[in-house]
Amino acid sequence: MPEELYEDKLKDLDKKADEARKLIIKTLLEAGSGHSAGPLDMADIFTAFYFHILNHDPKKPDWPDRDRLILSNGHICPVRYVVMAMAGYFPIEELKTLRKIDSRLQGHPHRTALPGLETTSGPLGEGLSQGIGIALAAKMDKKRYRTYVVTGDGELNEGNIWEAAMFAGKIKLNNLTAIVDRNNIQIDGFTEDVMPLEPLRAKWESFNWHVLEVDAHNIREFIDAIQEADAIYEKPTVILAHSIPGKGVEFMEKDFHWHGKPPNKDEAKLALQEIRTLGGKIKSEHQS
Amino acid sequence: MLNPKLKLNPKLFDKDVEVKPTREGFGKGLLALGEMNPNVVALSADLAESTHAHLFAEKFPERFFEVGIGEQNMAAIGAGLGVTGKIAFISSYATFSPGKNWETIRTTIVYNQANVKIAGHHAGIMTGPDGATHQATEDIAITRCWPGMQVYVPCDAIESQKATIASANITTPVYLRYTRDKTPVMTTEETPFTAGKMQDFWITDNPQATIFATGYMLHYALVAAKELEEEGFPTLVVNVATIKPLDEEGIMKFTGHTKAVVTVEDHQVMGGMGSAIAECLAKTNPLPIEFIGLQDTFAESGTPQELVEKYGMGVASIKKAVKKVIKRKNT
Repeated sequence: MPEELYEDKLKDLDKKADEARKLIIKTLLEAGSGHSAGPLDMADIFTAFYFHILNHDPKKPDWPDRDRLILSNGHICPVRYVVMAMAGYFPIEELKTLRKIDSRLQGHPHRTALPGLETTSGPLGEGLSQGIGIALAAKMDKKRYRTYVVTGDGELNEGNIWEAAMFAGKIKLNNLTAIVDRNNIQIDGFTEDVMPLEPLRAKWESFNWHVLEVDAHNIREFIDAIQEADAIYEKPTVILAHSIPGKGVEFMEKDFHWHGKPPNKDEAKLALQEIRTLGGKIKSEHQS
Repeated sequence: MLNPKLKLNPKLFDKDVEVKPTREGFGKGLLALGEMNPNVVALSADLAESTHAHLFAEKFPERFFEVGIGEQNMAAIGAGLGVTGKIAFISSYATFSPGKNWETIRTTIVYNQANVKIAGHHAGIMTGPDGATHQATEDIAITRCWPGMQVYVPCDAIESQKATIASANITTPVYLRYTRDKTPVMTTEETPFTAGKMQDFWITDNPQATIFATGYMLHYALVAAKELEEEGFPTLVVNVATIKPLDEEGIMKFTGHTKAVVTVEDHQVMGGMGSAIAECLAKTNPLPIEFIGLQDTFAESGTPQELVEKYGMGVASIKKAVKKVIKRKNT
């Protein structure tokens, strides 16, 4: 794509990410329960996936050659649901049903409830393995779709993650890319206080993964990383996406208490006023 | 007498009856499936030879995945394969799978409706010298409670091959239970096998009690019934090869006349096949039941035969239970 058009595309993606943040706040308010920080900090990456990176068709969620996006830390599903709705998988109106009875938008994503989810997740540590199974099927069937697995960083406490990492390293699974939401928080506090992960890059490298690090709020950087990951032949790639939990809502940012609760009516009002475009905290492109 | 319609092994009661381990049936069944269906894949957690998955691995290396000692990983990779058009067989000792990876299976396979078959090996105290840590004695309880799960417990190596193959006939998850040691072959290739159907292996005029037995313990039940017949306590013996879906019609049919039940399994008496039978009868036709199995205890190292005797599950214990339940029925 010519540079000018690409610049325009990136600006558009930033705008969409803002839209997503607003919808996330509204959706969580309506639901009355759910997680705020993670969905907000992954809004840029999910926007980039659904509006640029993934080879997919919202009208054909079962299309056999589609790229697969697996959400391992299922609790941040509000961002996935919101962006899927924006992309046309289902009506935006339906977001109001999150976590309610008879809804397709289950509190933690359930594969058979909503077409396009690929896996069922919630209990942490299981998505990377599931993604590996899906990527293996692609190899066996000689299909060219890519498999992307998003995980949390607290989630890396789970042994199952490292079992999966060992296996992917063993078989040099090059059609799978992991993305870690490195937001430094988990329920009981900051990750480095609860269960220190550093040196995290070194850990993945020692498991024979290629490691990239990006600003999770810089869509250009993220897309570049995905393109590099897609091209690496010798090993699977993990992208450590450094994020600010609660990104976009100042009173939520960097506060681990916002991991697991939704905003109330007043907080939501304030949040919506506040949702800024990407500016300030880290080097990002910016729309006002 | 042995039910002639079932074409059972006529040498079943011989001292030198043919013995084979049921895990052999798994190995052969999995291999046969691999030959029939290019979408069958298999995973191992460092136990390929012990489970006999190595037969499949040798023939179809491109469809076999060795994940090393990581049962949660094995289950969830199986799940990923199972939702992408494959039929994935995951196998390990039952204490580790579905033991260690119970929740992984629950979320990624059962709730997720992935086409995965879970082969749990070394089931029961008859695992022997390895001791209680390796003897799966709660696995039927923790799998049959999953919604929609099917649970097969074949009685011998021949039935085990049929059960393994049958598990691929449905696209939903199945748990299959296999044992380590050589056990008597009671069926033949001609014995019909239908998942979900109980079969009366020992029939008699005017039976006074019904023994429901599952797995290799069926042989102990048959020996007990033969002796009981001679002692004047004619007893029906039913092979419960499918714990779930439970053959409720079969239960009704096989207890209608006897109105007294003994259940026999190498499993805790809580939550296993006996409990499943009791649940059904309590709803439809309450009658006295005696439960043979592990009485809320772990076992220990020993030979299978020694352990079965020590833990009150042998022929003498079964016969005692039958006489007791008949007495309870009549008072």
